Amino acid sequence: MEIDAAKQLGAALAMGLGAIGPGIGIGLIGSKAMEAMGRNPEAAGTIQTNMILAIAFAESIGIFALVIALLLKFV
Amino acid sequence: MRQKLIDALWGTTTRKTWTIVVVVLLIASLVTKFVLPVPPPHVALSGEPIFSSGPAWFTNSVLTTIIVDIILILLALLTRFSLKEVPSGLQNVMEAVIEALYGLAESVAGKNASKFFPWVATIFLFVIISNWSGLIPGVGSIGFYHPTEAHGAEGEGHGFLLDNQLAMAGGSIILAAPEKTQGAAVAAESEHGKFVPLFRAPSADLNVTFALAIATMVMVQIWGVRHLGGGYFRKFFNFSGPNGFMKGINGFVGILELISEFARIIAFGFRLFGNIFAGEIVLATMAFLFAFLLPIPFYALEVFVGFVQALVFMMLALVFFQMSTISHGSHDEHH
Repeated sequence: MEIDAAKQLGAALAMGLGAIGPGIGIGLIGSKAMEAMGRNPEAAGTIQTNMILAIAFAESIGIFALVIALLLKFV
Repeated sequence: MRQKLIDALWGTTTRKTWTIVVVVLLIASLVTKFVLPVPPPHVALSGEPIFSSGPAWFTNSVLTTIIVDIILILLALLTRFSLKEVPSGLQNVMEAVIEALYGLAESVAGKNASKFFPWVATIFLFVIISNWSGLIPGVGSIGFYHPTEAHGAEGEGHGFLLDNQLAMAGGSIILAAPEKTQGAAVAAESEHGKFVPLFRAPSADLNVTFALAIATMVMVQIWGVRHLGGGYFRKFFNFSGPNGFMKGINGFVGILELISEFARIIAFGFRLFGNIFAGEIVLATMAFLFAFLLPIPFYALEVFVGFVQALVFMMLALVFFQMSTISHGSHDEHH
């Protein structure tokens, strides 16, 4: 395989596979947060803050994949 | 209806001033578009030296870091020397920010909050200002063309054109076939040389984020030693246990702790860099897909992401500081 083609494939695979885990994680976090808000609407404020923090952590794994994909594509 | 519109634009002196400012800026941007060459979109992974013959360390992200520092120091000094019993204006804002941050530090670190607060609040303020500095119009789009003699060394250069799909020829956006696009991009390149922006958001440069990450993890070790003395390092080199098997397990756990300490530096650095850098690329791509209205929601998203990432950096630093002050033995008893 040509080195350029391998690079493009590698970038696409890194981004596509790397987005699966964070996607599932963010979905789980969101669903659990909604459940918690439904059970205890008074705590919605704190739950929302913590949910956004947790989502940021899950999302950063997807961002790692994105950085790898960008490195493959542009360097 | 028409009267309402005139009122909204020309009703009071303030409205008149703003209308004039907006119209002047619009005309200026239109004029400069035809007078100055429009840079082709490019993706640079690291900061680039501003002056082609100047020092290599003086990159655009260094310049922006210095500007961010000056802004923060000036804000602090201005507030410091105009402190009043009854706060107003700037002092109100600063007090609100500091109170919110201190409340956050207290909720995580408890009685240690006053020790950790200066460090984590400085990190938060620096990171949030540098995240948002990349969103100011002109950052990343105003710059110089370097002469093309550096073009031969493009293999080690950092500038790359978003070729094949997107190109900007003569200031208008075209979605062209690869050969045509490459032709246009190469023409723009050879006509003016390589484009280097004057400013670049500090958090979009790995050097800045890794410097912050390394400094934070060094501070974690310092707080650990201050609170637990030499016993802090027993976390990493622990060979105690009732029998040989447990001794081996504990030793292995120590090695894992040591590795995770370095993994945290990498995660810290890449999280901030990746989020901000990816945000800039998303904004650039959206602007070149469709220049009007489409980038606005992404712009709002990037403002939010900049805030959340600053918050995440601060919270993680706080949690690591707090964890390092708890001795390993007492930590086990809680479980």
